[in-house]
Amino acid sequence: MKNFWQQYSRNKSAVFGLVVLFALVLLAASANLLFPSDPFKLLGAPMSPPSSEFLLGTDSLGRSVASGIAHGARTSLLIGLVATSVAVLLGTVIGGLAGFHGGKVDNLLMRLTELFQTIPSFIFAVLLVAILSPSLKSVVIAIAVVSWPTVARLVRAEFLSLRKREFVQASITMGMPSWKIIFQQILPNALSPIIVSASLMIATAILLESGLSFLGLGDPNIMSWGFLIGAGRSILRTAWWVCTFPGIAILLTVMAINLVGEGLNDVLNPRLREKDQ
Amino acid sequence: MNRLNYLLRRLLQAIPVLIAIVVLNFMLLQLADGDAVDVIAGEAGSATPEYIAQLRESFGLDQPWYVQLGHYMVNMAQLDLGYSFRQDAPVLDLIMTRLGPTLLLMVSTLVLSATFGCFLGLLAAVGLNTWRDNLISIFALVSYATPLFWVALMFIVVFSIHLHWLPTSGMETIGAFYEGWDRVVDIAWHMILPVTTLSLFYLAAYTRLMRASMLEQRGMDYVMTAQAKGLPERVVTYRHILRNALLPVITLAGVQTGSMLGGSVLVESVFGWPGLGMLAYDALFSRDLNLLLGIFFTCACLVVIMNLCVDLLYTFLDPRIDLQ
Repeated sequence: MKNFWQQYSRNKSAVFGLVVLFALVLLAASANLLFPSDPFKLLGAPMSPPSSEFLLGTDSLGRSVASGIAHGARTSLLIGLVATSVAVLLGTVIGGLAGFHGGKVDNLLMRLTELFQTIPSFIFAVLLVAILSPSLKSVVIAIAVVSWPTVARLVRAEFLSLRKREFVQASITMGMPSWKIIFQQILPNALSPIIVSASLMIATAILLESGLSFLGLGDPNIMSWGFLIGAGRSILRTAWWVCTFPGIAILLTVMAINLVGEGLNDVLNPRLREKDQ
Repeated sequence: MNRLNYLLRRLLQAIPVLIAIVVLNFMLLQLADGDAVDVIAGEAGSATPEYIAQLRESFGLDQPWYVQLGHYMVNMAQLDLGYSFRQDAPVLDLIMTRLGPTLLLMVSTLVLSATFGCFLGLLAAVGLNTWRDNLISIFALVSYATPLFWVALMFIVVFSIHLHWLPTSGMETIGAFYEGWDRVVDIAWHMILPVTTLSLFYLAAYTRLMRASMLEQRGMDYVMTAQAKGLPERVVTYRHILRNALLPVITLAGVQTGSMLGGSVLVESVFGWPGLGMLAYDALFSRDLNLLLGIFFTCACLVVIMNLCVDLLYTFLDPRIDLQ
């Protein structure tokens, strides 16, 4: 563990990313303390510019933008995390089955994966949410459904190469059941690339979520950054702050997660790093 | 001749993909509230009862699902994507009128982002770990993390509202009725912001890929051979490494088509660009699910076509591709 930190902290931008991410998690966790009232509640005069009372101004209805950003941080991080977990689970199962069994199963599952990679993902996500009707659950489903193919391909490639290794062959010879080989032998060895790609996927998921809620496809009862920007669109001419600050929040979050992901990549996949240099 | 055969074979391979997409469309129809006809007729009963009855018959809704699927596939094969009652026009016609502006936007974005991305990636790779490389990496990092629609809005705030340099929305000046070159200039003027917005995001991807690709090629044996026979470093970089490093960039162009179409939904809706993305946005708001499905199908077809083009391009650029 100590070793891990030593290696991680060698990458300065990854440390910066971690600090920003930590601040965001803190903001999300303390949203209810900092802004106790409902973020949808009208608190002041509409479209008041940033001031000491409203740090980041208010929107067209007099809702505090700062409060919206704090509460929106919870939504973004939550959806990013949950949707990515679902996608990683789905991708690992499909990729693992394809890579472990090979042959016909592999062929079939990879055709399916390729099909999902061919489909324009954002439009597919829009369509899914529109059909399932906007809610937290359908947004998570839509993001997971368009994100799993990357994991599946990665896991398949790992499984294919690990399967040929001696320790796996030995386990097969010993008569170990398939599920045991998969979970006890292969999966632990394939974990680090999965973790790295999952961390980067959270960033993509947050971008996707913001795009969906910008189009009005977010959960109507939950505050989110994309919703704030979408709501501020019509008053862009008079109240620039409504759109600007939530966008900066998205930018910082996504960037921080990407930096952390790259930092993890450096530590967990040292082979790749050497190839890079 | 070989190349034609190869193309035909690739075309045949694309057919199962298209069929799968049609099946997926059918499954999405089943997922929606009400039966397929309710969805196609525009849910709220804006269709005439006669049309609905006729649709029900043509879909055979009283029949098992596989018969329904068969009907649906026959309809799609005839490019019958249904009728949009919200817009009072056949879905296919609506899509066809909007295809042009979207293609214009996408091709411009592709050219701009690929050209600049390769250039920046090259600069970064040549000056590895210098300030130039770092600056380009930071730029790529930031533009990769910025939501497209937010950049679009910020551009409007700065360049349209405050500086009054560029128009906020649309593809042409309304009521100007320009013709000939004036019209071209007018459209180009309206294109600047949407194309720049879309390009910024993809530029980052090309930059990163080009940098990585240059670095990878640099370690190859043929580079050492070129250096060993005494070629100047400049020639090795631009004649040998650069040409080979460009290949993955072309692959990326194919892969990104789908993502770019998705991005165009956001960008077009912000800039009021009258393309497929804007049509999708309108369809979303009027809950015109059938139109949305039609757009989805069209976009998926575009991706398949684009991938075919990339494959074909590869046969010209990379003689190692086995045409058999």
